Amino acid sequence: MSATLEVQGLRISFGATPVVDGVDLHVAPGECVAIVGESGAGKSLTARALLGLTPAGAEVALDRLVIDGTEATTLSEHAWRALRGARIALVSQDALVSLDPLRRIGAEVAEPLRLHGIAHGRAALRTRVGELLRRVWMPEAERRATQYPHELSGGLRQRALIASAIAAAPAVLVADEPTTALDATVQARILGLLREIADAGTAVVFISHDFAAVRRLADRVLVMRRGAVIEEGPVAEVLEDPRHEYTRQLIAATIHEPRAAAQETASPVLVATELSKSFAGVPAVIDASFAVSEGRTLGVVGESGSGKTTLARMIVGVEAPDTGALRWSRAQRVQLVHQNPLGAFDPRWTVGRSLREALEAAGVPRARRAARVAELLAEVDLAPELADRRPSALSGGQRQRAAIARALAADPEVLVLDEPVSALDPSVRERVLRLLARLQQVRRLTMILVSHDLDVVGAVADDVLVMQDGRIVEQGATADVFAAPQHPFTQELLDASGPVRP
Amino acid sequence: MRRAQRTLLWIAVAVLAVIAFAAIWPGVLATHDPLQTDVRSALLPPSAEHLFGTDQSGRDVYSRVVYGAGRSLGIGLLATGIALAVGLVIGALAGVAPRGVDTTVMRVNDVLMAFPEFLVALVVVAMLGPGPVNIAIAVTLAATPVYVRLARVQTRTLRVAEHVEAARILGVPRVRAFTRHVAPGVLGALSVLATIGIGSSILAAAGLSFLGLGPSEPTPEWGLILAGGRNVLGQAWWISVFPGIAITITVVSATVIGRILRARADGRTT
Repeated sequence: MSATLEVQGLRISFGATPVVDGVDLHVAPGECVAIVGESGAGKSLTARALLGLTPAGAEVALDRLVIDGTEATTLSEHAWRALRGARIALVSQDALVSLDPLRRIGAEVAEPLRLHGIAHGRAALRTRVGELLRRVWMPEAERRATQYPHELSGGLRQRALIASAIAAAPAVLVADEPTTALDATVQARILGLLREIADAGTAVVFISHDFAAVRRLADRVLVMRRGAVIEEGPVAEVLEDPRHEYTRQLIAATIHEPRAAAQETASPVLVATELSKSFAGVPAVIDASFAVSEGRTLGVVGESGSGKTTLARMIVGVEAPDTGALRWSRAQRVQLVHQNPLGAFDPRWTVGRSLREALEAAGVPRARRAARVAELLAEVDLAPELADRRPSALSGGQRQRAAIARALAADPEVLVLDEPVSALDPSVRERVLRLLARLQQVRRLTMILVSHDLDVVGAVADDVLVMQDGRIVEQGATADVFAAPQHPFTQELLDASGPVRP
Repeated sequence: MRRAQRTLLWIAVAVLAVIAFAAIWPGVLATHDPLQTDVRSALLPPSAEHLFGTDQSGRDVYSRVVYGAGRSLGIGLLATGIALAVGLVIGALAGVAPRGVDTTVMRVNDVLMAFPEFLVALVVVAMLGPGPVNIAIAVTLAATPVYVRLARVQTRTLRVAEHVEAARILGVPRVRAFTRHVAPGVLGALSVLATIGIGSSILAAAGLSFLGLGPSEPTPEWGLILAGGRNVLGQAWWISVFPGIAITITVVSATVIGRILRARADGRTT
């Protein structure tokens, strides 16, 4: 079958620096092609160039671009406008930013219909908008159409954005990280919806950094690195037998096998009984009872708003439970690694100064602090020079390592990590996870790891605790829970991050 | 930073440097004694001998403007510095105080902010009586409310900031975490605002002097010199125009520097 979208020799550069270097792409009707890579690989720029949208200062060169039979290699902005929305449409990562905050969902979806003259008149528009919203499985479509973006959850906003993208029945749909900000179960539903749109005959280009999502959705995959496509092929083939070392790393970084059950039984360091906490009358954690064993990692999984962060904060002692008790087997030094390392460091201080402050608080004498800072940085594989930098001058991975180093300053026995890798690129995430595993062994740390990412928890946790709406719905050894989930929510979570069965 | 903006910044810095020099060593720049009257050379237009001309008493306007720089710049810096310090203390305390105290302080502050700064200064002078010390107090009081408000909101934001909580979790005592992480952050935000504030304080002080509420003749003060030329503006425009230009370029330069610094600070945080 002839390609709906055909790109040859796409090159984008900023001044003399090429950021996309010779990308070729063919997508047939009904096919979903994924472009995978880490931040800075040039995949988002590629996606935008497909719609003739590139940032100011970018120079775009093309050998050939054909969209749905239309030659679009050299098009004026005016000609592009007739194409965008009607023949090729974009779904971007952040639906809250992409939707006009002052416009109702219905008006947003109706806009492409009016622009491209597909429906005329109030009644016809309303009917068509209703159909489109039902097409993307929007619950209570009629009521949602009258609501504003901020009244919708992240998943529903993404649905609305997809509805407006497919309103004019484009032949090509470009989805740029459409599920990155979403919870696992919601993500699964959006991926399912995109697959359905592809199956209905649309050519879908799916941009992602996540091989797990690609596996669920795409037929073919292109792996991009530093602006160039380094590997390409059917998804199953690339996953089975990646030829490029970088592809292998990416796959290993996003798809883990659950950790084998630890054999020895350890004594519990912490026993929590019926912990409850509410904020302004809204319960965040309800009757949580669990135990943490010495030297093991407890994973806490749940979606946003499930109470997992509140639970972590109670363990660290920042929040006090309303009812229930936390009993430690003996006095323990507990430290927290924050979700957002950029916010967790004083922006005006160098990393070294922040580390010295932590050492001071831990009672290390002044004369020994400088040496300890260097040791701590070495322990998390950071160069000693980085101590002189401000947190804003570090990369995301370096910042998270520095945050871990600071938590280690107090020589803790228990380390609580709140989404420690959720903001990191896969390969960086992989290295941080390996660092945590090593630290646990060397320091005999007990760890509590909070994450929405089942794959991460499965990779590092010995025991797992699944939370939903403030309650613990399932707990047990990771391998057991993953192999035979008991609670329907756990099953849904596991299905959501597992492979799609054809 | 764009090139035009950088050029503007350097021009403003150069202007302020010259004025600061005049303020510190007026004797070096002045050509005459600013108080020396000479009725035979009254109301002379600008010339090589008298760069800005002379006034009704034959005093050299240029030298009077040079000697006036110290007073204007001094009052601008002093008023802003004290307003910043007072604003920091009151605002930070309101930021950590119980709700009732916070609300009371901030409502009083809102009332003060509701009036133009100059009007507040005028009311204070009306209550204290005219005089150079009193206008300094008046200008300071008028400038304080904006610092109080900014200090309060910054304190409230930083108190609950993640990095402050992180320090607390590490075991840094509460007061030390406040003085190390919260107060310097608040001060940073306030000092940027202060650069803009210097200009408006200079303007307010000159304005009060112009109205005759500040120092009395023959003190060389920009507002006062300007007022002195008011009645002879038709014959001797130079008496009023040159101090006017001095006030304008000083205020504009200070404001330009402040605004650019603020834009940079905003760019850093977002």
